[in-house]
Amino acid sequence: MSDQTPKFKVTIDNITIEVPAGTTILNAARMIGGEVTPPAMCYYSKLKDSGGKCRTCLVEVSKGSEKDPRPMPKLVASCRTTVMDGMEVKNITSPKVLDARKGVVEFLLLNHPLDCPVCDQAGECDLQNLSYEHGNEATRYEFKRRTFEKEDIGPYISLHMTRCIMCFRCVYTADQLTDKREHGILERGDHAQISTMLNKSLDHDFIGNVIDVCPVGALTDKTFRFKNRVWFTKPVDAHRDCPTCTGKVRLWMRGEEVFRVTARKDKWGEVEEFICNECRFHKKETKDWVIEGPSAIERSSVIAQGHYVGTMKPPVLIDKVIGKQPKFLLDIHDVSDVNRPEVHLSEIEGPAHSDDFKTSGSKGV
Amino acid sequence: MGVKLLLEHDKVEGIRYYDAYRKHGGYRAAEKAFKMSPADIVEEVKKSGLRGRGGAGFPTGMKWSFLAKPEGVPRHLVCNADESEPGTFKDRYLMEFHPHLFIEGLLISSFALGSNATYVYIRGEYAWIPEILEQAIVEAKNNGWLGKNILGSGFDCEIYVHRGAGAYICGEETALIESLEGKRGNPRMKPPFPAIQGVWMRPTVVNNVETIAAVVPIINMGGDEYAKIGVGKSTGTKLLSVCGNVKNQGVYEIDMTISVEEFIYSDEYCGGIPNGKKLKACIPGGSSVPIIPANLLLKTAKGETRYMNYESLSDGGFVSGSMMGSGGFIVLDEDQCVVRHTMTLARFYNHESCGQCSPCREGTGWMYKILKNIEYGKGKMSDIDLLWDIQRKIEGNTICPLGDAAAWPIAAAIRHFRDEFEWHVLNPDESQRRNYGLAHYADPIHVATTA
Repeated sequence: MSDQTPKFKVTIDNITIEVPAGTTILNAARMIGGEVTPPAMCYYSKLKDSGGKCRTCLVEVSKGSEKDPRPMPKLVASCRTTVMDGMEVKNITSPKVLDARKGVVEFLLLNHPLDCPVCDQAGECDLQNLSYEHGNEATRYEFKRRTFEKEDIGPYISLHMTRCIMCFRCVYTADQLTDKREHGILERGDHAQISTMLNKSLDHDFIGNVIDVCPVGALTDKTFRFKNRVWFTKPVDAHRDCPTCTGKVRLWMRGEEVFRVTARKDKWGEVEEFICNECRFHKKETKDWVIEGPSAIERSSVIAQGHYVGTMKPPVLIDKVIGKQPKFLLDIHDVSDVNRPEVHLSEIEGPAHSDDFKTSGSKGV
Repeated sequence: MGVKLLLEHDKVEGIRYYDAYRKHGGYRAAEKAFKMSPADIVEEVKKSGLRGRGGAGFPTGMKWSFLAKPEGVPRHLVCNADESEPGTFKDRYLMEFHPHLFIEGLLISSFALGSNATYVYIRGEYAWIPEILEQAIVEAKNNGWLGKNILGSGFDCEIYVHRGAGAYICGEETALIESLEGKRGNPRMKPPFPAIQGVWMRPTVVNNVETIAAVVPIINMGGDEYAKIGVGKSTGTKLLSVCGNVKNQGVYEIDMTISVEEFIYSDEYCGGIPNGKKLKACIPGGSSVPIIPANLLLKTAKGETRYMNYESLSDGGFVSGSMMGSGGFIVLDEDQCVVRHTMTLARFYNHESCGQCSPCREGTGWMYKILKNIEYGKGKMSDIDLLWDIQRKIEGNTICPLGDAAAWPIAAAIRHFRDEFEWHVLNPDESQRRNYGLAHYADPIHVATTA
């Protein structure tokens, strides 16, 4: 196939690369990698028609092509513009682009609640990364931020519309992965919101993937809500024999407990393979999974702290040393009401409270 | 007395109906067109130099020749009757009082472009006009001008009137196409352009009502003759809808050779400013184009007389000029407050932004809130610079031109009326009681002479 498609030469920030015709500027930049890659909040290579909306990936085309060397008059969205032969693109070398990008980040954060301390997405949030790299320290916005009423969209997915940046990814996911989409955009302008018509709950085998594609904390996993910060959990690649999907997932574990199951993401934060709801929401026991090993996490990510590759659990040697099972003077669970071994932290709704242990203790879980 | 082409029979009684229209030379152009080949009609339109009357002023003949013609794929003509620009109501007049002229234009254009199904996307608020159009379509059909095998040429054409739901954004051609397809009216990313993949992924031409109507006189008199009317690249006649502080508001047809001063003050057109007031500012082409003060409106920055045509109105670019736009001529007299006026426009664009791309979605609301503060005496000096910075970051960075349309009026208001904004900030109490007035906005401009 690659023999038939002609190759185009494109220069991005003075780095020349040959790419097949029909590649977008963004994907060409991703082939180069590193800092010349424009950030993308709404584009998702796995979703058809996505992109062009957030405007963070704007680049300057200083030379249209070999045939027509005129520069493009406006900044273009690199995720939706295909390369031409001999095209020259300026990303971080163009002050115009950096200025526009700074503006876009400011616009995106304008009505964002900035509630990262209580947001489950914190630590793996694209908007956090974007504002850290391209944003200002302070906002110039002095007005009350827009808020939305909370809407219940079912038992597994939590919708927090106030955090949404309108990337449309979840809409495309539901459209392209499922045969019936039940949510979409209502209203318009700064009141546009992701919503279901007449408060339906989202119900489909693959609908859980909207959580993974959401770049911010607007769609989060209810079974993981407030359980842990993502950087305290350790990502581990695992798989199972699943009848609906490939079963290749990433487990977010703490000790022996599985706190969360997500799809595996590549280095652009995009899902490699979409997984089904069964795997995502219901298989939360270590015994459900065949563990392959720790996931590769970029060093720059906050998740990389506490993530050690190649460590092993130290073997228990005390019985070998003293030649018999040790006898404890006191079993801590006899005197303490909290941290009972039979109560799994990942199964508690919300933050752990002493009541959780009392009730479960009396019921004998 | 200027040349009248579109509104020639404006005073004829019953011109809305087929019989009167036919008696006054109606459908003569269609008869003529069906004896020509479609390519010849496109060539005539090209020769006429007709420019799109919707606002952008793109040459219509060129647009038509871009239409892709793949084998076996139907092509469509879509007429943009979603006239929602504040201050513009020329299409409404044309459709309401001259529906047959419009339909004849549609018929000729459909024949030229090979569109067997032609759509008129009409603004939702024009609730009574679809009935007028549909009645006219029935009349035309009964007389053999629509339907199968028109005039024995073997060409079939049906015209469908589609009502919008009341969104300004659906006047943008790709949003209009989305809405026509039954989807949410969000503008599409270009490319692909509608001429390649438009409605239902078929090649589509989207034209304004007035553009379509202007095809009739072009065919009647020939493209070369039409090009002789007007001046330079502004050929033919243009409808202007005048509103605001003038004696005679309404729709006027001009041949683009008269000066702005004559247009405002002559009794044939606007008739001057009522109540003996003075002209303060004007938006010459619908709310999206830059507002200019009286002195720059009547004379260009070089001291030449400004004329009512595409080139002269945009003389000086955005620094000292404006645009012809869609022809919504809004006149402000000395009693009007430019800050309040700009705030109203910002509110409109905030309300009408589709919410698809971030600069426009968030920026329009922000600008409105700041302007509201300034207008109600709560503004700060830094707000004016902030407004300038916001509009700069919206302009050119959005998917569709609505972002630009929201940014331009605010940029122009600050550029030309900055002292009025500053007065509002410095005199918060007084600004609630009285307006800034005319100030120096009508003073003659000093023209630098070269030694």
